[in-house]
Amino acid sequence: MLAYALKRLVILALSLALASLVIFLVVEVAPGDPASYMLGINARPDTVAALRAELGLDLPRAERYLAWVGGMVQGDFGTSYTYRAPVSQMVAERIRVSLPLALYALTLSVVIAFPAGIFAAARRGRAGDAGVIAATQLGIAIPNFWFAMLLVLLFAIKLRWFSAGGFPGWDDPLMGLKALTLPAVALALPQAAILTRVMRSSLLDILHEDFIRTARAKGLTRRQALWRHGVRNAMIPVLTIIGLQFSFLLAGAIIIEQVFFLPGLGRLIFQAITQRDLIVVESVVMLLVFAVISVNFLTDLAYAAVDPRLRTSR
Amino acid sequence: MSLSSVRTSPRDTQPATRPLLHVDGLSMRIHDRQILRDVSLTIAPGEIVALTGESGSGKSMTAFAAMGLLPFAAETTGALRFDGTDLLSLSEERLCALRGRDIGMVFQEPMTALNPVQRIGDQVAETILIHKAAPRAEARRRAAEALVRVGLPPDRVPPTRYPHELSGGQRQRVVIAMAIALRPRLLIADEPTTALDVTTQAQILELLRGFVRDEGMGLMMITHDLAVVSEMADRIAVMKDGEIVEQGETATLLRTMRHPYTRQLFEASRHRADLPPARAEAPLLSVDGVTRRYPGPRRLFRPREDHVAVNGVSLEIRRGERVGLVGESGCGKSTLSRAILGLEPVQGGSISLDGRAVFSHGRPDPEVRRRVQVVFQDPYGSFNPRHRVGRLVSEPFHLLPDPPKGAARDAAIAEALTAVGLRPEHAESYIHAFSGGQRQRIAIARALIIRPELVIFDEAVSALDVRVRAQILDLIAGLSRSHGLTYLFISHDLSVVRGITDRVLVMRAGEIVEQGLTDAVFDNPQHWYTKSLIAAAPSLPQPSGGGDTDAGHPVP
Repeated sequence: MLAYALKRLVILALSLALASLVIFLVVEVAPGDPASYMLGINARPDTVAALRAELGLDLPRAERYLAWVGGMVQGDFGTSYTYRAPVSQMVAERIRVSLPLALYALTLSVVIAFPAGIFAAARRGRAGDAGVIAATQLGIAIPNFWFAMLLVLLFAIKLRWFSAGGFPGWDDPLMGLKALTLPAVALALPQAAILTRVMRSSLLDILHEDFIRTARAKGLTRRQALWRHGVRNAMIPVLTIIGLQFSFLLAGAIIIEQVFFLPGLGRLIFQAITQRDLIVVESVVMLLVFAVISVNFLTDLAYAAVDPRLRTSR
Repeated sequence: MSLSSVRTSPRDTQPATRPLLHVDGLSMRIHDRQILRDVSLTIAPGEIVALTGESGSGKSMTAFAAMGLLPFAAETTGALRFDGTDLLSLSEERLCALRGRDIGMVFQEPMTALNPVQRIGDQVAETILIHKAAPRAEARRRAAEALVRVGLPPDRVPPTRYPHELSGGQRQRVVIAMAIALRPRLLIADEPTTALDVTTQAQILELLRGFVRDEGMGLMMITHDLAVVSEMADRIAVMKDGEIVEQGETATLLRTMRHPYTRQLFEASRHRADLPPARAEAPLLSVDGVTRRYPGPRRLFRPREDHVAVNGVSLEIRRGERVGLVGESGCGKSTLSRAILGLEPVQGGSISLDGRAVFSHGRPDPEVRRRVQVVFQDPYGSFNPRHRVGRLVSEPFHLLPDPPKGAARDAAIAEALTAVGLRPEHAESYIHAFSGGQRQRIAIARALIIRPELVIFDEAVSALDVRVRAQILDLIAGLSRSHGLTYLFISHDLSVVRGITDRVLVMRAGEIVEQGLTDAVFDNPQHWYTKSLIAAAPSLPQPSGGGDTDAGHPVP
């Protein structure tokens, strides 16, 4: 198990190194001078030269790469050109919204999907199963921004249970959580629908396995066999999807952030891109890569926790 | 419900006792298919009743009916009484209480019958816990006991192991431990040893026999293997197309064999193909000191240990010979066959066909490659289901520098199909339209089409029913005569190898431990391993009647 974890850790470190190199090179090697790109075509030559000096573009590439990576390791992500603020500080503010929102949505998605998927698999081909399938079909088909707007109409405008948008900060944790509830529900809906389907089909595959028949021969009821022998064996594909969904939720919530006026990571990237603030883009993308790779690492550990066959390092 | 104290053998006390299981006129249909027709049989405590027949004859369905584990769509009539209670009318709840406690079941495929993510001790303890027969700690202790009884002592195989850490035979022992943990009165074993090697099979059969002898369990043994049946059973029921065509005491049934189907089965099982006399010509294949190593798993702080699958093997096959290669799973026979085909490089020694190396310059030599063809065990898996038979059969043409086209190609396909007893027009069909035996014929046609000199049969008849197997063996023997072919016949099944080869090699742990003329090796084995293999293989009773077995060429 330790060898397995160490091996995954090495892979994690290598992926990060490779990703940082690729991101750096893409920004560097992309045609045109980063400084003149950031300033637009109407910029005066001396402004461009000043920015070049500020970005350190005069230095050799290798040196700049090392400086960039070295800075990030120490928590220095550079200074945003448009906001004139440290990127690390901007990201820290946004992540306080995005990370709880992603976790909230993911929790909702799992809480809905597990019972629904197991319920449908246990009733394969019967009315309950058909109902769950129809619901997931709907969940996948409905665009989440539209669903978000419906939520706002009902719960914020009509019932007045929640505010229609904005984020009050974490001074009062309950208020913060309340503000994230509608966005989390909107985000969770399609994810839950997808996860339900994966859970259902993965379980149905497992239910055809010989060891389920063995369990039945021991005297387990259909339901007991499904719970005790089916669910854990069905987890591998489900964990994969959960890992992917978390990565997506962390940065992909941009439309929902817009609908609810949330200061999240998605909006930060969007703004940075429209304002051509390459420093912010470069650093935030690197951070997201770090997040995704870390989630993959955790997913790998979860696989091994679920399936003893993976623990013998291969 | 106190029959569990019965310890007498039914051989001394005939029908007087109430049968443990009484199947009475059981019929079953699933949708429009009649699966079972008027099946009746009884099993008394301490009795072994074997249910035998070819695949699809309904033997497994009879077992599942006795466990109450039928598919949803099954409609049954008749009665299936266990200790006087009709299982067919029992509620699912009562059936669950019965399964595992009063009726235990052992399955065919030990590799998949266990939950891969649960410790074996916990899986055995579950049988006890689910019936609330003991509190948790007590159940654990009894599970450990059950594992000891099936020959898995904690110092060698601790209950904390996971299934993937066990061999096939050990896994089957775990399955048996689960089935007998609560000492059920009836044990149903569905092909319990079919996936196992002969020596392991002998041990498992002895284990099952022990439960019947010592604890008076009734055993319903389902197997297609007539040798196993003849050795194990007190009574035999022969099934065909969902019906029991004949049943009776083993000795009596073997002597009389009233039903022609029974006779056909036994004839086919001991079938020996009519081989043309062996020719001793110039050497064709020579394998010289071949070693094949696989790199072991990479370890963090220790050097990796290589697995030596084939270790310094030398052998020679002369043109026109039929040579058998026998050994248990994992002994390296398939690795050796892949090396001979030039599919993989070897780490030592050389393999040459007619003096030419099969593997040179990092790849198989196409010149040599087309003179060697192979037929595998599972023909269906080796065919692309989206191609017509004509295209499948002509696949090896890509080995030729100038493959025939148009009419010449069609003629070659027609010739190959005719040679294996099929018709030229079958080239237009898809593979799913054919039965298992016909698919194996198509696989042979595919091997023949580029006129190879050496054909390797790798477990080529192992998956076939006995009657079909006999026909395919006859076909193989006939082709050896008509096409002057040389064979390397690889199998774990000693009786098959005996019936189709002139010379045999016995392989164990990557080495050839004995070789010689087939009859000499089988009648008078020298090496201890060969002796143990032959001793472990169950043998068929001597024939007492005659009868023609070949049911003619099957054609769709």
